[in-house]
Amino acid sequence: MTRKSRLLALAASVAAITVTTAANAAEELNALVWCDHTDPALIEPFEKAHDAKVNLKVYEGTGAALSIIDQSQPGDWDVLVIDSIDVPRAIDAGILGPLPEDEMPVADIDPTIRMDDQTMRDGKRYAVTEKYGYNTISFNKDKVDPADMEDMTALWGDKYKGKIAVYDYYLPVEGMVAMGLGKKTADLSDSDLPAIRDTLFKLKDNAKLVGDVVSSQTALATGEVDILVGGGEWVTAGLSAENPALDWILPKQGGVRWAQAIGVFKDSKKQKLATEFVKYILSPEGQAKLATSSCYWAMPANEKAGADLTDAQKKALRWDEQPEYVKNSQLYPTPSPELDAKMQDVWTEFLQH
Amino acid sequence: MEGVRGSLFAGPALLYTLLFFAVPFAVMAYVSLTPSTGSGGAGLSFANYAAFFERSYFLGAMANSLVVTAIVTVVSILLAYPFAVVLAEVVPERWQRLALALAVLPFWTSYVVRSYSWLLVLSSNGVINKALTGIGLLSEPLDLANSRLATVIGFTHFFVMLLTLTIYANLKQLPPSFRKAAADLGAGPVRTFVHVTLPLTLPGIMTGAFLTFVLCIGDFITPQILGGNNELLMPQLIMLQVGRRADFPMASALSILLMIVVTIAYFACARWLRLERSR
Repeated sequence: MTRKSRLLALAASVAAITVTTAANAAEELNALVWCDHTDPALIEPFEKAHDAKVNLKVYEGTGAALSIIDQSQPGDWDVLVIDSIDVPRAIDAGILGPLPEDEMPVADIDPTIRMDDQTMRDGKRYAVTEKYGYNTISFNKDKVDPADMEDMTALWGDKYKGKIAVYDYYLPVEGMVAMGLGKKTADLSDSDLPAIRDTLFKLKDNAKLVGDVVSSQTALATGEVDILVGGGEWVTAGLSAENPALDWILPKQGGVRWAQAIGVFKDSKKQKLATEFVKYILSPEGQAKLATSSCYWAMPANEKAGADLTDAQKKALRWDEQPEYVKNSQLYPTPSPELDAKMQDVWTEFLQH
Repeated sequence: MEGVRGSLFAGPALLYTLLFFAVPFAVMAYVSLTPSTGSGGAGLSFANYAAFFERSYFLGAMANSLVVTAIVTVVSILLAYPFAVVLAEVVPERWQRLALALAVLPFWTSYVVRSYSWLLVLSSNGVINKALTGIGLLSEPLDLANSRLATVIGFTHFFVMLLTLTIYANLKQLPPSFRKAAADLGAGPVRTFVHVTLPLTLPGIMTGAFLTFVLCIGDFITPQILGGNNELLMPQLIMLQVGRRADFPMASALSILLMIVVTIAYFACARWLRLERSR
């Protein structure tokens, strides 16, 4: 190789590295998400279609997300997935920016699921509900009598002592316990907390562990426990093919309905790409992949996703029973910051009990 | 001139300590005095420290941390000492390096992987329960995983190796003539161990015990994975403040309190070692 050709090769290499780096930097998207968004089957089609790289940071619970955002610089994050019920908090904190309503498939989402009261403000849409399900009771029907699970109070009785795991998220589980005590999640106040606390302590006496999404799911799947309080289709639907004994139920007192929404950070420097990502996730294709994501399955918000799901998948998700389930469920509690702090104190006591 | 050169050599270490310890510590101490998230307070105060002593679950977490750490430290010493003696005195010299390498093998694996491995071993369907129920010793599996016992086992597995190293190093420094002299004076093996070997290896034990104490009391991973959230230890409580509540002032106050406990342990250990040397 001559000196000239060596210099040319060097220059070409430098140029290639520069172009690649620039291209990568221009096409990276940072998303703060629940773990269901990390499935490559969901993310890769978007990355290929837009020649982009989506960096995903997983969190559990809105408090954790707000903590991460609090430690970040404006512009660090582009896309946020957050509980629909907490979208107003994100709007109040100036985290989310408005989305182009006309580009979102909102007409394909049932208004009850869409939760416009939470996801819109002053006529502007800040997030779109993308997935929903229930925090209720998952169980192994080979080990547990399904009739017992129709009444939530069985969870704090003596029959299943040491056979229970509890999902480590204070809002849905305290909401569930409140429903078990005949209270409405929307009306919770300070005066309800002593009864919730006492019942949680009884539940803890029966519990073998209190775990996050993965560890509680694993405990049920491996037979370490037979019941998961706070579980639901998000725990059992994805595992039902391998272990048909895993089931879930909305007891007669009902279950807590969760919904997660997707939006774009107000300070994102990649508004266009971030909006494209939101549109992809809300498309029938993205919705079907999100509904059957490897971390947890749950109902897609977009009704048109049904065309991209198999009959077996729809059966596992209990597609046809949704109207009845929605009717028999209540939304997450929406406590004021003061009540939220007290509910977290109760949860800390529960963990320490 | 010598003094200037000495300062120049010490400069990088001092700068490092200042940047990565003193400054962050000062910031943390300041933040710990600011109002807790959602408290509605204003200005600097000791309210977060007062809250620690007012809430039973905060005190409970500190008590749990101290009890678990004490158990782990004592059990690790009891297991590590004979292991170190065997390594230093029974294993032939040429095999000692290999034996030491094998002893530190657990350090080579990821801490998280090691904890999850223990969870698999201790679970209801794990190796221990399968073996015990398989040979008919048990009709029902034992509740080993997701408990304080599991946390202690996970910690002990790690810290036995650490203590073995410090005690082994101490044993190797011990001149064989000391024990020969004791034997010449009529002491049997037990008396020689109690009156000569053990007192002379106490510095190694104390150094290892202090390291075990510090690393154990500040660890989040092992109790989080193996404890099953059935009780909270201080690092878990601190993580709850940061991860769930974004309450950095309270997390800072709890961290400072944990550091005070570690500092007391350090001074107790240092004072004891000084007293030992001055004897």
